[in-house]
Amino acid sequence: MEILHNIYIQHYLALSIALFCIGIFGLLFRKNAIIMFMCVELMLNAVNIALVAFSKMHGDTDGQIFVFFIMVVAAAEVAVGLAILMMLYRNMHSTDTDSLNQLKG
Amino acid sequence: MIILLISALLGVALLALEIFKLRSWMMPLMLISFMAILAGTAIQWGLAENIMNQNMISMDAFALKGISILTILAAFWLVTQHKNIQATGNSSDLYALIAFSFCGALLMTNFTNLVMLFLAIEILSIPLYVLAASKRGDQLSNESGFKYFLLGSVASSILLFGIALIYGATASFDLYTIHHFMATQNTHPWIMVGLVMMLVGFAFKISAAPFHFWAPDVYQGAPTPITGWMATVVKGAAIIGMFRLFAGAFEGAMSTFAGIIAIMVTLTLIIANGMATLQHNVKRMLAFSGISHAGFLLSTLLIPGFASQALMFYILGYGIASLIAFTIMQNVGSQIGEELHAFEGLAKKSPFSAAMMTIALLSMAGIPPLAGFFGKYYIISGLMGHYTWLTIIMVLTSVVGMYYYLKVIFVMYGKSENGASYTENGKLYPILGAIALLTLFAFSAFI
Repeated sequence: MEILHNIYIQHYLALSIALFCIGIFGLLFRKNAIIMFMCVELMLNAVNIALVAFSKMHGDTDGQIFVFFIMVVAAAEVAVGLAILMMLYRNMHSTDTDSLNQLKG
Repeated sequence: MIILLISALLGVALLALEIFKLRSWMMPLMLISFMAILAGTAIQWGLAENIMNQNMISMDAFALKGISILTILAAFWLVTQHKNIQATGNSSDLYALIAFSFCGALLMTNFTNLVMLFLAIEILSIPLYVLAASKRGDQLSNESGFKYFLLGSVASSILLFGIALIYGATASFDLYTIHHFMATQNTHPWIMVGLVMMLVGFAFKISAAPFHFWAPDVYQGAPTPITGWMATVVKGAAIIGMFRLFAGAFEGAMSTFAGIIAIMVTLTLIIANGMATLQHNVKRMLAFSGISHAGFLLSTLLIPGFASQALMFYILGYGIASLIAFTIMQNVGSQIGEELHAFEGLAKKSPFSAAMMTIALLSMAGIPPLAGFFGKYYIISGLMGHYTWLTIIMVLTSVVGMYYYLKVIFVMYGKSENGASYTENGKLYPILGAIALLTLFAFSAFI
C-alpha cells in the first residue's frame, strides 16, 4: 500500500490527459466509424477520471455526482450514434468514413 | 420553473398524442405551449432575480429575454414549417424531438451551474443528431447526421474537459463561486486551460471559425426544415449560453480572452463570407451566411458592459430573416432544386416567393429599413472605440456578403427562366415575418 501514498493529483491528471489525447488522435486518424465512436467514449471517460480525482482532492462530492450525469448522457449519445451508424450501414454497406464524401464544396 | 416544466412535458405530450391517434392536435398544442411560455415570462418579467433549486437555475432578466426570443423564433418556425413536417409522415416523432431540443434551448438561457450547462447542451444537441439524419433513405441526410453527431460529441467532450479543469481549480460548479474565485485570482493555469477548452467547445457549437467546417455539410445534408431550426433556435440558444457564461460569470477572465475572441470573429467573417461567394448551392450558401452571422453574434462578447440588448436584437432579426429564407428554400428545393439556377426567373412564376426571399436576403445583408441593418448597427456602434479595426472588417465583409445575397436576387428577377413548374405553399406566415423584419426596429427598446 506504500505506493498509493505517492500518487498525487498530477498523476491522475496526466492519465486523464493521455486518454483524452488518445481519443482525439484516434478520431483524427482512424477511418472506421465504430472505432471513432470508441474514441469519443474514451474522451468522455478521461473527463470522468479527472472529475473523480479532483473531487477526491477537494473532499467534495459534487464532482462524483457529475460523473453519473456524464455516464447517462454518454449512454444516450451512443444509443443515438449507433442508430445513425446502423442506418448509414444499411444505405452505404460500409462503416468506412472515407465513403462519406458527398457533401463538400 | 413552470416555463421549463411546460417545455419538458410538451415533448412527452406530443408522443402521447401519437398513441391516441390525435396527430391533428399536435400543432395547436405546441402553439398553446409556446403562448403559455411567453405568458410565463411576462408574469415573471420585472420581478427580482430569483435563484431556484439549489442555485441550479436562475430566471433573471437576461434569461427571460432569452426565453421569449427563442420561443418567438420557435413559434415562427412551427407555423412556417408545419406543412413540410406533416408531409414527412412521421410528424409526431419530429415534433417531439423538436420539443425536447427546445427544452434544452430554454435551459441554455438560465443555468447558474456548470452541470446544468452541460445537461442543457446535451438536451439541445442529442435530438438534433436524430433530426439531421431523419430522412432515412437519403444518403446526404445520413452523412449529415453522422458528421453532426461525431463533431457535436467531440465538442461536448472538449467542453466537459474544460469544466473538469475549472472544477479542479475552484472546487465548485457554481457560477457565483467561480465568478468570485476569478475576481480574486484568475491566473491559475487550470482555469486558463479550462477556459480555452470551453471556448473551443462553444466555438464548435455556434460554428465559429476555425471550428466551423462541419456546419456547411450538416446544414446542406439535413432536411431543410431541420436546417432552419438548427440555424436559428439552436444557434441562438448556444450563443445565449456562451454569452451568459463568458460575459457574465467569467468576465474576470475576459480581458485575457478578448484578443482570442476578436481573432475568431475576424476569421469567421472572412472565411464564411469568402466561401459563400463560391457556392452554387443556395442552401449551402445560406449555411455559410449563417456562419458569418455567428461571427457577428460572437462579437457581442467583446462589447463592454454586458450588451445583451444588441445580442437579443440580432438573434431575433437574423432568426426571422433566416426562417423566411429557409421556408422559400424548402419550397423551391423540393419542387425544382437547390442549385442557384433553380431560382432563375422565380419572380415571374411566383412574385410572392421572390419578394419574400428578397426581403429576407436584404435583411441578412443589412439594408437599412430592415431588422438586419439595426442588428449590425447596434453591434458595430457598441464595438466602435474599443475594437475599431474589427468594425472595419465587419463593414468590409458585409460588402462581400452583399455580393452573394444580391446574386440570388438578380437570378430570381433575371431574364433567363427555369422551365420547372412551381406552386406556392402558404402565404400568410412569410408575410407576417416580413412585416416583423420591417417593423422590428420600433421594438428595439423592449428587447
